[in-house]
Formats: sequence, C-alpha cells, structure tokens
Amino acid sequence: MESSKVIHAIYTDDDVLMSAVKQVKAAKHHIEEIYTPFPVHGLDKAMGLAPTRLAICAFIYGCIGLTVATTMMNFIMIEDWPQNIGGKPSFSYLENMPAFVPIMFELTVFFAAHLMVITFYLRSRMWPFKSAENPDPRTTDDHFLMEIPVHNNETELSDLLKETGAVEIKLVDKAH
Amino acid sequence: MGVGYGFMSSHKSLEEVKTMLAEESAHHGGGHEAATTHAVDAHDNHGEAAHAEADAHHGDEHAKHVQHQLANRPWSALYVAAFFFMMIALGVLAFYAIQFAAQAGWSPVLFRVMEGITAYLLPGAIIVLLIAVASGTIGHYNIFVWMDPEVVAHDELIQGKSGWLNLPAFAIRGLIFIAGWATYRHFARKFSLAQDEATDNSNFKRSFRIAAGFLVFFIYSESMMSWDWIMSVDPHWFSTLFGWYVFASMFVSGITVIALITMYLKSKDLLPFVNDSHLHDLAKFMFGISIFWTYLWFSQFMLIWYSNIPEEVTYFVTRIEDYKLPFFGMLVLNFLFPLLILMNSDYKRIPWFVVMAGLVILFGHYIDIFNMIMPATVGDRWFIGIPEIGSILLFAGLFIFIVFTALSKAPLLAKGNPYIKESEHFHY
Repeated sequence: MESSKVIHAIYTDDDVLMSAVKQVKAAKHHIEEIYTPFPVHGLDKAMGLAPTRLAICAFIYGCIGLTVATTMMNFIMIEDWPQNIGGKPSFSYLENMPAFVPIMFELTVFFAAHLMVITFYLRSRMWPFKSAENPDPRTTDDHFLMEIPVHNNETELSDLLKETGAVEIKLVDKAH
Repeated sequence: MGVGYGFMSSHKSLEEVKTMLAEESAHHGGGHEAATTHAVDAHDNHGEAAHAEADAHHGDEHAKHVQHQLANRPWSALYVAAFFFMMIALGVLAFYAIQFAAQAGWSPVLFRVMEGITAYLLPGAIIVLLIAVASGTIGHYNIFVWMDPEVVAHDELIQGKSGWLNLPAFAIRGLIFIAGWATYRHFARKFSLAQDEATDNSNFKRSFRIAAGFLVFFIYSESMMSWDWIMSVDPHWFSTLFGWYVFASMFVSGITVIALITMYLKSKDLLPFVNDSHLHDLAKFMFGISIFWTYLWFSQFMLIWYSNIPEEVTYFVTRIEDYKLPFFGMLVLNFLFPLLILMNSDYKRIPWFVVMAGLVILFGHYIDIFNMIMPATVGDRWFIGIPEIGSILLFAGLFIFIVFTALSKAPLLAKGNPYIKESEHFHY
C-alpha cells in the first residue's frame, strides 16, 4: 500500500473527545483509530464500530470446556479406573453426576475465560514481543488521540478539528 | 389516576370470578375427601380380597394414612399458593431495601412499582400464618405434623424440638416477623411519599437508615421464617442452607414480578421514564439470581447426596421417587431455561422475550415451593389439579387486586428521590 497521510488530533478530556467524535462523524469523515488512556464509555457506538462477537466465542469456548470436563471425568472416573463414589458404586456417569458438577462448572469457566482473553489479545493484534502501535506516548497518560486519514482535504479537516476542541493537530506521514 | 381506577375495577371483577373459582375448588376439595373415603373403602376391600391372610390392621392403617394425605391436599394447595405470592412481595421488599441501602442510582424510577408490590406483604403474610395456625387448630394437623400432640407423644425427635416447634411459639414468631416487615414497609412507603414534596433530603436519609436496619432484621427473620413455615413440614429433617435457598427463590420471583408489572404498565404508557436499560438490568438480575438459586439448590443437594446419611437423604429420596417430574422439571425451568434464554444481552431488552422467560421462572418457582411442601403432606398422592390451580388463581387475583390498588394511590414516579434524575438518564 502506498504511504498515506493522517491527521493526529489530540484532546485532553473524554467528554470533549466524545462530542468531537460525534461532530466528525456527522461531517462524514472516517475515523481510523482513537487512542485513549482508559476505556471511554459509549465510544464504540459513537465511532460506529460493529458490535463485538467476543460473547459468541465465549459461549463456544464454554461449551468446549463442558465437553472436555465430561469426557475427561467419564474416562478417568468411570471407564479407565471405575470408582465407588460416595458409597454408591453404580459406575454410571449420569448417576454419579452430582459429584462431577463442580469440575464441569470449573472447566467451563476456565475454558471460557482463558480462551476469551487469548482471543481478545490476538484479535487486538497483541502478542509477545510486539512493538507498540501507539503513535504518541501521552495517550497512555492523560491525552486522547484521534487518527483521521486525509484525502486532500487537510485544511477543511484541521478547521473542523480545531472547532471540536483539539489542543494539537499534526499531519503525519504514515508509512505502510 | 383514571386509568388506575380502570385497573382497579377490572381486577375487582376478575377477583370475584377467581374467588368463585376458589370456592368451587374448596367444594371440590370437600367432595374429593368424600370420594376418597369411598376409594379407600374399595381399596381396603380389594386389599382384603387379594391378600386374605394379609395383616388387616396394617391395611387399615395405610388407608387411614392415605385418607389423611388426601385430606391434606386442599390445605397444602392453599398454603403453597398463599406462600408463593407472599414470598414474591417479601422478595421485592428485600430488593427495595437493598436499593436504598446501596443508594442505587439506576432503580428509583421503579420504586413505585416495588412499593405497590410490597403492599401485598402484610395481608399475604397474615393469610399464610392464619392458614398455618388454622391447619393445627380447626384442621386436622393437615400441614404441620408436629402440631399434632398425638404424633409428638410418640416421636422423640419432635419432642426434642418441641421447645421451638410448638403452636404458641410458632404463632408468636410469625407475628414478630410480620410486624417487623410490615413496619419497615409502612415507614419506607411513608418516607418515599413524603420525599416527593420535601425540600431537603431528610426523608431519604431516614429511608436509608431504616433500610439498613431492616436488612439485618430481614436476613434473620427470613431464615427463621423458612424453618418455621416450610422446613418444619418435615420436622425430622433439617438443612442449614434452607433459609438462603428459600431467599434465592423469593428474590428471583420478586424481581421477575417487578419486571412483569413494569412492562405491563409501560405497555399502557404509564411509565414513559422507564427505558430498555432498566429492563435490561432487571433481566440481568433474573438471570443472575436464577443461577444463584441453582448454586444454593445444588450446594444443598450435593452434600446430602454425597454423604448419604439416611436421616438427611430421605428428603431427596422422597422427592426423586415420587416427584420425579416436578423435581427435575423445576431444575430445567429454573436453571437451564433462564440460562440459555436470558444469556444473550440483546434478548434481555425485548419485552415479550422477558415476559415469556419471567412466566416460566415464576412457574418454576411455584413448583419449587410445591416440592418443598407437598412431599411432606400429601406424599405420593400429588397432582396439580383443581385445588392447586384454584388456589393459585385465588391468590393471584388477590395479589393483583392489592398491588394495582396500591399502585393507583400514588404517582408512579418517585420524583423527590435525589437519584431520580440519574435513574431517568440511566443508559447502559
């Protein structure tokens, strides 16, 4: 991809940022990315991002965990080395199920939680030894940065951003 | 207000119909008893014919036992339904007090709905207590076997507990519980109404303080109430978790009813300030407390199942052998169904979806109470027939009548509450 120009607009307040996002969206400009020091409530909706599908993943992972727990317990406790559970030697998974419920529950939660976190990291393109994509270190402290691609409308965009309360506007060459 | 009166009159006529139905059911109950005697006679004859050498005395005793169980059925049916609706009001009262004690900002728009529902608590609880006491005085010990002096005379275990389980103490404890709950409800409502017109927040502060006090009283009294009013139907059996378990049941039923009534009023455009975020939060509570209920149910079940001590496990043996369908059906209704239906966050905002889920949850918790009482009183002679349905309709009618009358008596927005603005703008 050829190198493209983007504008970095910096804000110092999340409320100002929110109203700025709404104005920029209303002026039909595309917002590439926003870097914030903390999660800003409602920002995803204001930016028009698609809703997350992480919940669906979590449900699938939970089902996998439940299946793993059931298969594992059935093999260990019933088939491979049949155990007399609670003085009721029935050697059937279903009749001994109350004893297995805590493990089934724990593994469901374990799989859902861990795989969901890993999925989230990978989806956010974060993995070990990756260098930071963050364009300005101040966004990890108290500044908010909005990145907007420029298509020969530099002055128009700068004026609009200044109006929305940006404290700093920079034109950056983004090499791809 | 006009619409409120409309509700009142319509529910009054419904109520009359329901009372008639219940009377019918009472007659039917009576008829049933008579029929029973015949059936029992026939059964007796049959037994004698088939086993000529069988112990006739034993047959007699068994027949008497069955006859008693059948006589218990209308009593128990009435009691289960009365308790179920009382429990909804009590659960809502606890939820309401928690909102105040936690100074919750999202819920004040729902306070008037909650206050309306808790209006049923006083009459409802008195009815439950009256049925319980009547069963031991004018009835033939139809619900609580420990009220029968003859049984106690032959039962050392109950004798050991008679310091707690005796009729006067039972009645006095019941009155103390009811007095405590009703007092809190009375003052909470009074302060809430006074706050509407007040210029400062003194009423709100007092409300906060009595809510905290009530919650302390509630958690003890609710636990003891569940021993007295439910657990003592099986006087030999006990579970230390029982109070919490009943609490979970009443809490989830109460929250479900708040959601149902809120949606009903909103559909009549009476609650324009309630948005789908409020509904979403109520549905989250329905989902969460359903799982909490399952957690407590399972905690109680698993320990008793695992240790397999005869005097404890008999409780579940009866239920699994004679009540297989309601016992396991209740788990499906109260756990699997809400888990799968209410898991999706978008579904929690769709009113008809929450209504359907709510009705299933309420039915499931009725079955829960049914499973607590019936095995001890009617044994394997259970059925959900006219006495049960008649009783449900009677108390449902009474509940709806009292709740909507109370709702029509005050503006539906608690406008003086300091958090009302936050609540109106509540957005998730």
